[in-house]
Amino acid sequence: MTTWTENQGRIPVTVPAYSQPQRVTQARVLRSEWTKLRTQPSAGWALLSAVVLIIGFGILYSLLREARPPHGAAIKAFDPASVSLSGVQLAQIAVGVLGVLLITSEYASGLIRASFAAVPRRLPVLWGKAVLLVVATVAVSLPAALVTFLAGQSILGRQHLAMSLSHPGVARVVLGSALYLAVAALLGLGLGALLRSTAGGISALFGLLFAVQIAAGFLPGSLSSEVGKFLPATAGQAVTSIHPDPASSLAPWTGFGVFCLYAAVVLALAAQRMRRGDA
Amino acid sequence: MIEIHALTKRYGATTAVSDLTFTVRPGTVTGFLGPNGAGKTTTMRMILGLDQPTSGSVTVNGRPPRMHTAPLRELGGMLDPRAVHPSRSAYHHLLALAQTNGIRRSRVDEVIDAVGLREVAGRGAGKFSLGMSQRLGIAAALLGDPATVVLDEPVNGLDVEGIRWIRVLLADLAARGKTVFVSSHLMSEIAQTATHLIVIGRGRLIADTSVAEFIAAAAPAAVRVRSSNQDALAGLLSSPDVTVAAAGDGALIVSGLSAGQVGAAASAAGITVLELAAEQASLEDAFVDLTQDAVEFRTTTGDRPGHMNEETK
Repeated sequence: MTTWTENQGRIPVTVPAYSQPQRVTQARVLRSEWTKLRTQPSAGWALLSAVVLIIGFGILYSLLREARPPHGAAIKAFDPASVSLSGVQLAQIAVGVLGVLLITSEYASGLIRASFAAVPRRLPVLWGKAVLLVVATVAVSLPAALVTFLAGQSILGRQHLAMSLSHPGVARVVLGSALYLAVAALLGLGLGALLRSTAGGISALFGLLFAVQIAAGFLPGSLSSEVGKFLPATAGQAVTSIHPDPASSLAPWTGFGVFCLYAAVVLALAAQRMRRGDA
Repeated sequence: MIEIHALTKRYGATTAVSDLTFTVRPGTVTGFLGPNGAGKTTTMRMILGLDQPTSGSVTVNGRPPRMHTAPLRELGGMLDPRAVHPSRSAYHHLLALAQTNGIRRSRVDEVIDAVGLREVAGRGAGKFSLGMSQRLGIAAALLGDPATVVLDEPVNGLDVEGIRWIRVLLADLAARGKTVFVSSHLMSEIAQTATHLIVIGRGRLIADTSVAEFIAAAAPAAVRVRSSNQDALAGLLSSPDVTVAAAGDGALIVSGLSAGQVGAAASAAGITVLELAAEQASLEDAFVDLTQDAVEFRTTTGDRPGHMNEETK
């Protein structure tokens, strides 16, 4: 602000005409959303913290289990892939909050009105954000998960607890961890778009991912695990363990499908409100 | 061209806009005047397709605002110049908007140059002064070279040079055949910028007239005179077409005659004129008279909390 003044004297008072053809398409909105995403520093920080949490916590927990290895019957139930990828549990907060912020920051600043004036059908804005969120989350968390898996196995290998990437289910767990994070981010986006408030969106996200599981824990024994299977985080995380326990967890891809369903329902409600309501 | 027919918007129990009907024509600058809280911003949001009317209709260039396939070509708007992502640069803010409609990058540079933001285009828009933000908002509105331009309080926060700049800009847009619709809560501002006028109060249409007619009708001209014999002069001038009133300081306020006529009458009667002046009709007085009911009413009703941006300007 040191050199700029209102009165520069040389400012022309006419805006040149522009007669090129114009049209809104989903691909163009996607490009616009990419411009927004890469020029929003908070997005970069959220993705970076997701990577740090996946790698950092994964290695930390692997070291902990190396120091305190399982004994007896516990060896059979030990899941070295899940241990090395335990950071996903924390990273889901980072990407979920990113999903919320991606849309609520526009509502908070009022920028959403400029976005909707440029794209009056509105929904392409939501879909553009959703696509980029999935791509960006998978793009950073899949390599992070792979690196952490390999590092974790080399740590656990010192106690002969490691699994190789070719072991049945391991590739699914690594890929599933990245996909789980992408859907958690979508859940955040949907809640943010539905509630239009950063605080509200993040609270609702934590409620869906954590609080409902705690609440289900108060139900009597068998009912608790029956209901618990279908809760968002439990269902989604079935895909991130080698041998999900059938008593308390759905089959890997079934569980992931249920998790996707939650995100789809929230996004559909958000889309409904976005299209019909006042901006 | 903006055509508004029987437009009504209610938020719960509050009626923000009630049965508005008017047309904003191309080729002139139309001012949109009303006290704060009159419903100007609400109306503009409906014109931009952001809020849904409770009833009635809005069309822009013949179509509902949300039905355009090239919206930035049809309609450019600025509601709140502060509505930017604070850390995103002005350039990227405009680029993201341009990309949605397939507007090329060089156009972004063109509008940045046109509003004089070249030197600060790479800085975070959140650190801009209000005047710079206004220019950025106007740049965004003009990206697609739209046929219709809608600006909410565009001169708010600009310095004298900036206000002059925007007046010339708006006149230029109108001269190129565009529909230009500009709101303000200050009559004096509108009188120098617009040629046509839509006045609302309490969400209702008060006047749809040319600026010249509005001024003439609302505040008839008067002559202020002081002379050696005020009583004799008052008796001399009084007639059914002329009213003479005493000002507090002993002068007479004569309406219905020109200053020349008053001077000639005094001279003919041998009365020495000590002071003679044509009173300028006060635009603000005329506006306040016209909208007083609306302002008084407003203090007893709740405004919609989400609409405070108009109040804080």
